[in-house]
Amino acid sequence: MRKVERFMKERNLEIGDYVRIIRKEDGRESVYEGIVMNPYELSSGETLTIKLDNGYNVGILVDAISDVEIIEKARPRGEVSFTEVFLKKPELPNVAILGTGGTIASRIDYKTGAVHAAFTAEELAKAVPEIFEIANITPKLLFNIMSEDMKPEYWRRIAHEVAKLLNDGEDGVVVTHGTDTLAYTASALSFMLRDLGKPVILVGSQRSSDRPSSDAAMNLICSVRMATADFGEVAIVMHGETGDTYCLTHRGTKARKMHTSRRDAFRSINDVPIARIWPKGEIEFLRDDYRRRTGSEVHVDDRMEERVALVKVFPGIQPEVIDFFVDRGYKGLVLEGTGLGHTPNELIPAIDRATEEGVAVCMTSQCLYGRVNLNVYSTGRKLLKAGVIPCEDMLPETAYVKLAWVLGHTDDPKEVREMMLTNYAGEITPYTRFDTYLR
Amino acid sequence: MAEKFNYAELGLKVGLEIHRQLDTKKLFSPVPSEFSEEVDFTFERRLRPTISEMGEIDPAALEEFKKGRKYVYQGNYRLTDLVYMDEEPPRGPDGEALKVALQIGYLLNAAPVDEVHFMRKIVIDGSNVSGFQRTAIVAMDGRVDTPWGSVGIPTVCLEEDACRIVERKEKEVIYRLDRLGIPLVEISTTPDIHHPEQAKVVAKYIGDALRATRKVKRGLGTIRQDLNVSIRGGARVEIKGVQELDMIPLIIEREVERQLNLLKIRDELRSRGIKPEDIKEEFHDVTDVFENTGSKIVAKAIKNGGKVLAVKLPGFRGLIGREIQPGRRLGTEMADRAKKYVRGIFHIDELPNYGITELEVNAVIKKLGLGEKDAFVLVAADEETARKALVEVVKRAKEAIEGVPEETRRALPDGNTQYMRPLPGKARMYPETDIPPILITPEMKERIKANLPELPQERVERFVREYKIDRSLAETLVNDERDELFEELVKRGLKPSLVASILVVVLKGLKKEAPIENLTEEHIRGAFELYLEGRIAKEAFEEIFKELAEHPEKTAQQVAEEKGLTLLSEEEVERIIDEVIQGNIDVIKAKGMGAMGMIMGRAMAKLRGRADGKLVNQLVRKKIQEVS
Repeated sequence: MRKVERFMKERNLEIGDYVRIIRKEDGRESVYEGIVMNPYELSSGETLTIKLDNGYNVGILVDAISDVEIIEKARPRGEVSFTEVFLKKPELPNVAILGTGGTIASRIDYKTGAVHAAFTAEELAKAVPEIFEIANITPKLLFNIMSEDMKPEYWRRIAHEVAKLLNDGEDGVVVTHGTDTLAYTASALSFMLRDLGKPVILVGSQRSSDRPSSDAAMNLICSVRMATADFGEVAIVMHGETGDTYCLTHRGTKARKMHTSRRDAFRSINDVPIARIWPKGEIEFLRDDYRRRTGSEVHVDDRMEERVALVKVFPGIQPEVIDFFVDRGYKGLVLEGTGLGHTPNELIPAIDRATEEGVAVCMTSQCLYGRVNLNVYSTGRKLLKAGVIPCEDMLPETAYVKLAWVLGHTDDPKEVREMMLTNYAGEITPYTRFDTYLR
Repeated sequence: MAEKFNYAELGLKVGLEIHRQLDTKKLFSPVPSEFSEEVDFTFERRLRPTISEMGEIDPAALEEFKKGRKYVYQGNYRLTDLVYMDEEPPRGPDGEALKVALQIGYLLNAAPVDEVHFMRKIVIDGSNVSGFQRTAIVAMDGRVDTPWGSVGIPTVCLEEDACRIVERKEKEVIYRLDRLGIPLVEISTTPDIHHPEQAKVVAKYIGDALRATRKVKRGLGTIRQDLNVSIRGGARVEIKGVQELDMIPLIIEREVERQLNLLKIRDELRSRGIKPEDIKEEFHDVTDVFENTGSKIVAKAIKNGGKVLAVKLPGFRGLIGREIQPGRRLGTEMADRAKKYVRGIFHIDELPNYGITELEVNAVIKKLGLGEKDAFVLVAADEETARKALVEVVKRAKEAIEGVPEETRRALPDGNTQYMRPLPGKARMYPETDIPPILITPEMKERIKANLPELPQERVERFVREYKIDRSLAETLVNDERDELFEELVKRGLKPSLVASILVVVLKGLKKEAPIENLTEEHIRGAFELYLEGRIAKEAFEEIFKELAEHPEKTAQQVAEEKGLTLLSEEEVERIIDEVIQGNIDVIKAKGMGAMGMIMGRAMAKLRGRADGKLVNQLVRKKIQEVS
């Protein structure tokens, strides 16, 4: 227990109490009046945080406090209750919003500064009323995890829930997700949801929704629009540029988070975005080769081999890195090679041994942009000979997810190769278009 | 001097709020805090009202948002970054800005807080890209002592400045990003100021403390002084944009006058038995009265398809035209409110005038059925605009029955004030979770306390002691904020008395002749550099400054060259003296050194300002000795 928590316990102070504090130092006496706040979680815990009447917080050294008087005990805060009933409007399509984490809508307690995620229909309607004019919205919180904690087990749960919602009559599903691993989940759903004929839209936000400048509301509005479109794929919808002008729809297997913080962090790589969505309503398709909405029933193929790793090649990488995974019983490795898809020649015997032992080894490029080609240099040819599967213009993350999914179906090296090179969800483009680089 | 009012009796209360920019990097990113007219890129954003603690969005704010107001930001690659585009979490805060803010706290007898917590203060007018201003209390509980008594400084805050507004259109506001994020120190006082002159003393003291740090920005717009003024029975009025210290007492006096006059109007209305509910939003179409009017404004409005609408203000006759500040009437206040919609209004107390005839006035009186104490206000515009304008007039009239409305007003150059907007509501604040709280350690406090900058009065004493200059010169240097430049020049080897006299006496002498406020430190420094290099004589400063004040785009060197003020080389001086000697050789031969005065006079006539007098003297003496 830190000093501040001990102090609060001794003085019987609770968060939310209104107190008067006397602080003495060098003969100078200061009086503070305000509300006791939650101690900051990462501090050393030497100060008590008080919200003053003017709204400001200040920290007061516990050791310098000579007296505390509780003027008013904290009252249990009445939960804000909503009683509105949402009647379905028959003329509107039905869209489910599935929450997996991240706060796409939230409200702030201006007294304590705490941010509460909003995920009931009522709360969503208060926060982003526009979406209720686009569709009949059914929100559902599936789970609430940080996107960095996402794993294949959660992908399966999302896939099953999405399939159930779509087969039960929703016209589209919007999945809210933290942005860090959002593209991986999009890839996983792209492979798992077979015979998909309705939009499954993944959306996140780069600026939390408790701030007026948040991108969350516009991203959500555009996602719901996309979920009602004549479209039948898994896609990511996020800001298209730094301004609040339009969102872009990216194919689930071809998008990547390319910036740590900008709201237009998601970019289509080696691909043209599918559509531009203007928040007022227009959806401008930027290409023609997307799957249209169909009436087919979606089914989930969630067999996945989880002993798969994604390994980045770097100058000086030792063969033991490869050996480690083979020795630990991994079934597949995706290498993020240099340039056209290379590793140091020193690594080739270890890779040879890996394939020998039945481990599938796939090659992508750390350039991200462009296609791997192992025929140009002798190193590449040797890697091919060692049994490496060149993954065309697939993103490393997509290849990783795909390999896990493929290995869930077969461990026959020939079949693995065949499936890796089959285009299931737009992850491989047949030829490299000029207009797909850095845009 | 006899005072206009007995302020103690009137219960005058004044509080100050002073904002000043610091001359450091931006507060939450090491971006230079400079301004530029160069725009490299623009982007547009919208700000969405956030859900309040009650789980509600302010419906009015949401309506505004839905109407599609957008904000366009103009940026310069060098002078902004992703933090200030709200595309990256904040860094910092800037260590120097924090240090200066703590210094200011100490100079104002305040104590630093133990731990600084930055807050987000919601501002959704677009002036902050994020939709909030980051602000923190760094010191509390300060005090300024004045001859009228002590005034409290409850808080010293460190916060971010907002964007500069470039243009406000109906659905779009254009902002420049360069000012966003410049650190501001905000100092507020308790409303314990009870005399207009006391307010000036307090503002001066605070200004001195700020300046003492030598880390505040200078020049137009770097300091913002707001006044909160009220008298007993009146209301708190916030006056923004007071630029000059010397204006503070006058502005307060005028506000007291205004509140007193508004209270008199209130009393008169009450004695006439007028109640707020007697004033109705009933607008009469009196266009037909003005069909052949001589009033150009009204005729034009009608010609453009507009209407003339009138509203009855019962019991207001003679009061709308009553002066409440020199040159401003209750009618002016009504017009200020209506300004959002129309250029002006007409009221009965100023008519007939402006081309409106008595006949027309009487026709309106008849149409509205006005009694002799009743007044009317007219607006000529398209019908909807005219209605909106009259709604504002009615609102202001109702307030007149209550007394003085609480509001934010803008300071005018003559000391009067003008309506700006309603008083802001309570700020919505919550913690800036991206910035960990900053513990102010005892070591930090000791270091700052031990190195506190000298206050201006202390500096005057030091100048007198150290540089042996006149006290009056030292005081002027410090008050005119030339003290830093003075020390800089002295450090470069110039004589203190010379620098002081040029910075004070020469500049003062020029005040009447030239716009010397145009002179920058760069100009002055340039002239002194020429002098240091021996390229100008000290007599040349005056003319150089004068020319630079009139043509601030020039440099000191350019002016010196254009005006022929650069010193001649020694050979050239010698050549000119030789000419004078040769022309007067007979006299020299006859008088010897007795001709010295005459020859000096003739030589200086040719060389004044272009050669050092001492050098001329030396050469003349030498030459006379040679030839005689």
